[in-house]
Amino acid sequence: MKFRIMGTVAVAAVAAVVGVTLSQPAAAKTLVFCSEGSPGGFNPSLHSAGTDFDASAQPIYNRLAEFEPGTTKVVPGLAESWTASSDGLSYTFKLRKGVKWHSNKHFTPTRDFNADDILYSFNRQWKEDHPYHGVSGGKYLYFGWMDMGPALNAIEKIDDYTVKITLNAPDAPFVSNLAMDFASILSAEYADKMVAAGTMETVDTDPIGTGPFEFVSYKKDAFIRFKAFDAYWEGRPKVDKLVYAITVDPSVRYQKLKAGECHIMPYPNPADLDAMKKDSNINLLSQEGLNVGYLGFNAEKKPFDDVRVRQALSMAINKQAILDVVFKGAGSAAKNPIPPTMWSYNDAVKDYPYDPAAAKKLLGDAGVKGLKTNIWAMPVQRPYNPNARRMAELIQADWAKVGVEAEIVTYEWGEYRKRIRAGEHDTALLGWTGDNGDPDNFMFVLLGCEAAKSNVARWCNKEFDGLLRAAKKTSDQAERTKLYEKAQLVFKADAPWFTIAHSVQFRPVRKEVMGFKIHPLGSHIFKYVDLK
Amino acid sequence: MFSFLFNRLAILVPVFFGVTLMAFGFIRILPGDPVVALSGERSISPEQHAALLAKLGMDRPLWEQYFEYITNILQGDFGTSLLTNRPILDEFMELFPATVELGICAMIFAVVLGLPAGIFAAVKRRTFFDQGIMGLSLVGYSMPIFWWGLLLIILFSSILGLTPVSGRLSFMFEVEPVTGFLLIDSLLGDEEGAFGSALHHLVLPSIVLGTIPLAIIARQTRSAMLEVLSEDYVRTARAKGLAPIRVYGLHALRNAMITVITVIGLQVGVLLAGAILTETIFSWPGIGKWIIFSVFSRDYFAVQGGLVLIAMCIMTVNLIVDMMYGLINPRILHTR
Repeated sequence: MKFRIMGTVAVAAVAAVVGVTLSQPAAAKTLVFCSEGSPGGFNPSLHSAGTDFDASAQPIYNRLAEFEPGTTKVVPGLAESWTASSDGLSYTFKLRKGVKWHSNKHFTPTRDFNADDILYSFNRQWKEDHPYHGVSGGKYLYFGWMDMGPALNAIEKIDDYTVKITLNAPDAPFVSNLAMDFASILSAEYADKMVAAGTMETVDTDPIGTGPFEFVSYKKDAFIRFKAFDAYWEGRPKVDKLVYAITVDPSVRYQKLKAGECHIMPYPNPADLDAMKKDSNINLLSQEGLNVGYLGFNAEKKPFDDVRVRQALSMAINKQAILDVVFKGAGSAAKNPIPPTMWSYNDAVKDYPYDPAAAKKLLGDAGVKGLKTNIWAMPVQRPYNPNARRMAELIQADWAKVGVEAEIVTYEWGEYRKRIRAGEHDTALLGWTGDNGDPDNFMFVLLGCEAAKSNVARWCNKEFDGLLRAAKKTSDQAERTKLYEKAQLVFKADAPWFTIAHSVQFRPVRKEVMGFKIHPLGSHIFKYVDLK
Repeated sequence: MFSFLFNRLAILVPVFFGVTLMAFGFIRILPGDPVVALSGERSISPEQHAALLAKLGMDRPLWEQYFEYITNILQGDFGTSLLTNRPILDEFMELFPATVELGICAMIFAVVLGLPAGIFAAVKRRTFFDQGIMGLSLVGYSMPIFWWGLLLIILFSSILGLTPVSGRLSFMFEVEPVTGFLLIDSLLGDEEGAFGSALHHLVLPSIVLGTIPLAIIARQTRSAMLEVLSEDYVRTARAKGLAPIRVYGLHALRNAMITVITVIGLQVGVLLAGAILTETIFSWPGIGKWIIFSVFSRDYFAVQGGLVLIAMCIMTVNLIVDMMYGLINPRILHTR
């Protein structure tokens, strides 16, 4: 074994000399992103994980509307402008002229982007009789999750640069949905050409978009290569090449970042954060994520149908201890169901204080004595909850102090959600990561009366629901803000959730990287990034 | 010879069906289903759930699903990945050469160092060298791969800057896949420096993956040599006054090699198991990393197909090793 150590040194040294002498410096400006996994494919309507969107929607495609990098503000994208009808039922989009498509070995575009591309991209997902609907597996999960099918009434081409979308009911957050990755616009001309060639799947494997980077090649589990698109409508990106070096393990990603083998890495290991802060070659960027972690009380079960019990149990939990122990500083206390980076966040809402004595009294007032209950803890790590089991133990100990005996329950992740949907729990830990930056996407989806049948709190408050429905009907953001602010007050008073935390997301980047911003929705956007 | 081969092949048939049944069964006794796994925190309606399950063919009785599955496998169709929608066999064949390349390099590393270390320990029996080598091999055998990999990365890549942290090739090179073996493809291509880069990237993962086989080979070589060294013909060779190098190299080692080759054959399974961890640490695009990723992302069909394909590889290697015994020692051919 002595040989082994000597051998290790010798082989490493010889290979190092060979490698160093043979490696060549890159002439072009190449940005390397140590991504966390291989994408499922390159069509963001078919592949709906964050890893898929980073590899397809952001570099390759555009959407009718876009999120301004670093915010959830919706700004014009492939549509230069849009107007809503007074009844909120139809939206007319004026499309941008002179937008060029990428080209590859299968396809050279003969025309610019126009209304046909919009119709193709949406009809493929929406209409089951569309020739492309069943291609590449035909599972349009996000389109379904956002209830786009039931929402849409018609998509019409008025002329080459005008499209009108009619809805079945007024739905103000709809425009935010159009800025989401699944609503990326693909080329109808490319699709037609691949029908003629008899290789329809090619549109999903060899992507053609209008985005800042052209797809070059992909080697599963190794690399994705892109090059800057010279004719990009917002102007050519500042780097010439973009490479995703697929690196699954977060500690290894960090070593690669330190060694200068990549410039930006996502999802660092929390244990490495301190070292990153001290590293002079690395900037550790951070921002509150667009998420919320909570403990939901099953309002259909006794005694949780009594608001006093929910309030008392909320007051019995030491939130700061959870932030310190479970989040280790990478989380901020949550008092509303939406995170503070989101418009309409109501900072005037007062959170329940940690007050075991008051909690005990309130439980007494509600006639609850010797309560035996359960706390469901998720078996997985999520952005909004790094360690549900530990969190449940802290809550269990806090509740014991006010005479509530709780048992911790956990199931496999799929089973966990299935049983929660069936309402088997008394209280359960869960959370949410936003899709489109609209408050509706948190409050209506998680707490509206329609969701009450299937969600953790099984809570339906007519006043709260009325406010959300009113906010859906108007596209005036100032008015919507007022309605959501009021809804947050109603929510807090009725306490269907014990709101726990919004986690902070970290992105270590090397010092030579300029212009990179963390996106609240979690996407990685490189079109404005440059290297020193 | 043919009846020997026939017997070995006949044993493989029930093993193959057992493996497919286990791969099929294990995935299905897990709680939850792929549709629930795909939908995250979202609540999907029972109708949406049923429609998606039907699309995946998972709404039918289990025996029907298994029958279709086994029929497809016999026709070379291992199913389609839930995640990428590509045939599982294509994905496997794309990644398999990377695992084989790493495995071969790890084995070369293990043999080149393990064999001399074992011989040396046997020759210097009961000395400080022997105890040192055996002690170190015990350490190597017990080394947690994940920890060992990270340790080498931190030392050689981060601190000394001698080796790349992970991956299979520098992103500056783009080698057109011909055989899938990067060392060969980089020589076939015209990119200068690609071969060096590929070799450079192989160093640390080969050391990490080869460590356990190295320890085992060193120990086995030592014990095989010790056994042979006490034989009469070795004593005779010594008595003849032959030089020690001829005694150990020619007379003893040749006979000890039978045991050593057996051990090397058995290490193939160990290498495939070790590849799962090594490939994950070094972002090595092989089947070990692929199967782990498929498990984490609940790609049920990829896990199912991958397990069967890996089992088939191990069965094939075992068959080849069995055949080799037969060739080395013809007496085995006549035993049942």
